[in-house]
Amino acid sequence: MSGRLRGWLEDRLPLADVVDALRHKTVPHHRYSIWYYFGGMTLFLFGIQVGTGALLLLYYRPSAAEAYESVQFIVGRVPFGWLIRSIHAWSANLMVASAFAHLFSVLFLHAYRPPRDLTWMSGMVLLLLTLAFGFTGYLLPWNEVSFFATRVGTDIAATVPGIGEFIVRFMRGGKDVTGATLTRLFGFHVAILPAIATMLVGLHLMLVQRHGMSTPPSVERRAAEDPRMVRTIPFLPHFLLRDLFAWTIVLALLAGLSTFYPWELGLKADPFAPAPAGIRPEWYFLWAFQTLKYVPPTVAGINGELLAVAVMGGAAACALLLPLFAGHSHGSRRIVVWIGTGALAFMALMTWLSLRGGRP
Amino acid sequence: MRSNTGRRNLLNWLLGIWGGGVMGSIAYPVARYLTPPDIPEASTQSVNAGSGRALAPNSGRIVPFGSQAVLLIRTSTGALRAFSGTCTHLACTVQYRPDLERIWCACHDGQYDLNGRNVAGPPPRPLEAYDATEQGDDIVITRRS
Repeated sequence: MSGRLRGWLEDRLPLADVVDALRHKTVPHHRYSIWYYFGGMTLFLFGIQVGTGALLLLYYRPSAAEAYESVQFIVGRVPFGWLIRSIHAWSANLMVASAFAHLFSVLFLHAYRPPRDLTWMSGMVLLLLTLAFGFTGYLLPWNEVSFFATRVGTDIAATVPGIGEFIVRFMRGGKDVTGATLTRLFGFHVAILPAIATMLVGLHLMLVQRHGMSTPPSVERRAAEDPRMVRTIPFLPHFLLRDLFAWTIVLALLAGLSTFYPWELGLKADPFAPAPAGIRPEWYFLWAFQTLKYVPPTVAGINGELLAVAVMGGAAACALLLPLFAGHSHGSRRIVVWIGTGALAFMALMTWLSLRGGRP
Repeated sequence: MRSNTGRRNLLNWLLGIWGGGVMGSIAYPVARYLTPPDIPEASTQSVNAGSGRALAPNSGRIVPFGSQAVLLIRTSTGALRAFSGTCTHLACTVQYRPDLERIWCACHDGQYDLNGRNVAGPPPRPLEAYDATEQGDDIVITRRS
C-alpha cells in the first residue's frame, strides 16, 4: 500500500529529485562545526512558536477588557493550557538566545563573506523580526509589567526628529497605550510579522542551500595546504540526525523549563497605576534599557535619549550592512572580531548590571 | 529594427507605468489604513479627586484626569501638589516616594522634587503642574491655563 502511495506521489511530485539532491549534499566537519546547529535550532523553535501560537489563538481574546482574563482562563481552566502558554513564552526566549548565538557564531567564523552577504543580511532582518515578535507578543497578556514596558518601548521612537510622533502613533494605534495598541500589536504578532518572517526564512534557507555551509578562514587555509585536512559529512543522514538530536535536547529543555518554572502572568494592567518598582523588559532588551538609565538628559547640547537611540540604530545598520564594508584581509577580519567581542561584552555587562539592579 | 526597439521601449515604459500604478493603488490605501485616525477627545479641565481626609501627609496617589494620569501629593507640611503622572523621560507613570519625599519613576530611576523639577536620573523636563485645592471635604484638580 505504502509502495503504491509512494509511486503515486512520485509520479506527481519531484520527491526523488529532492532526496537525490539531499543525498549528494555534504557539510564541512571541523572543530567549529557545533556552531552550524544554531540556525536549525532557531528554525525549530520558530516552528514551535507557530504551533503553540496557533493553539493559544483558539482561546485568547485580543481586547483590553478580556485579554488578561482569557490568558488566566488558558492557564487555569483549559487542559494543558498552562503548558502551551509556558512553552510559547519559554520557546520565544530560547529562540532569541539561539538566534543571537547563531548571529555571533556567523560573525566570529566570518561566514558573512561573499557570496553569503545576502544570507547574512536576510538573517539580520530575521533577528530584528524575532525581536519584534518578542516586543509585540509581550503586551498580549495585558499585565502590569508588559503595559509599562510597551509604553517605554514605543515612547523611545518619539525621540526621532520629525517623524517620531507619527511612529509612536502608528505603533500604539493612537496617542497612548490602550486597547487599540493591544489589538494592533496582536495583528502584527499573529499575521503581519509571521507572513514577512515566513517569506524571509524561505529566502534565507534557499540561500543556505545555494551556497552551502561556510568554512572558517583558518580551516580554509589548512585546506589550501592539504585538502585531506578538511572533512565533510553527508547531510543525509549524518547532519540531519545530529540536527534532530539537538532539537530533541531543546524540546526536553523546553518541557523542563515550562513544567518547573511556568511563565508568570502577574497583575492585570492598570493604566492609572504607577509603574511598579523593579520593572524591566525581557532579558534581551535589558542592555538597551540599562543603557538608557545611564544616559544623561543632554550630552553636549544634544538630547541624550536621541543620541543613545541614534547610536544603537547606527550600530544595528552597520551590523546589517557588515559584508559590504568588511575587508577580506586577515587584519580587517580581526577588527570585525574585536568589534563583535566589544559589542557582546557591552551587552553582557549592561544586562548583568540591570539584573543586579544597581547603578555604577 | 530601430522602430522595433522604439516600440519595445515604449511597451516597457507602459508596462512599468501599469505595474507602478497597480502597486501604488494597493500601497496607498494600505499605508493610509495602517495610520490610525485622529480621535478628538473632550478636553478635561477639572476633576474631583475625592476626599481630602483620605490623603495623609507625606503621601500621594494617582488620579485619572480624562485619559491622563495625574499625581496628587500631600507634602509632609500638609500642602497639596498635583503634577502630570507621565514621566518626561519615556512616559512611565510616576509615583510619590515618602522615604525620599520626591516623585520617582520606577522605570529608569528618574526623580523630581516637590515642585515637579527633574532633579536626578534621565528625565529631560519638569512635570507639568496642575492646581490642587480643597473645596469643602473634596480635593479638586484643575488644569493650569
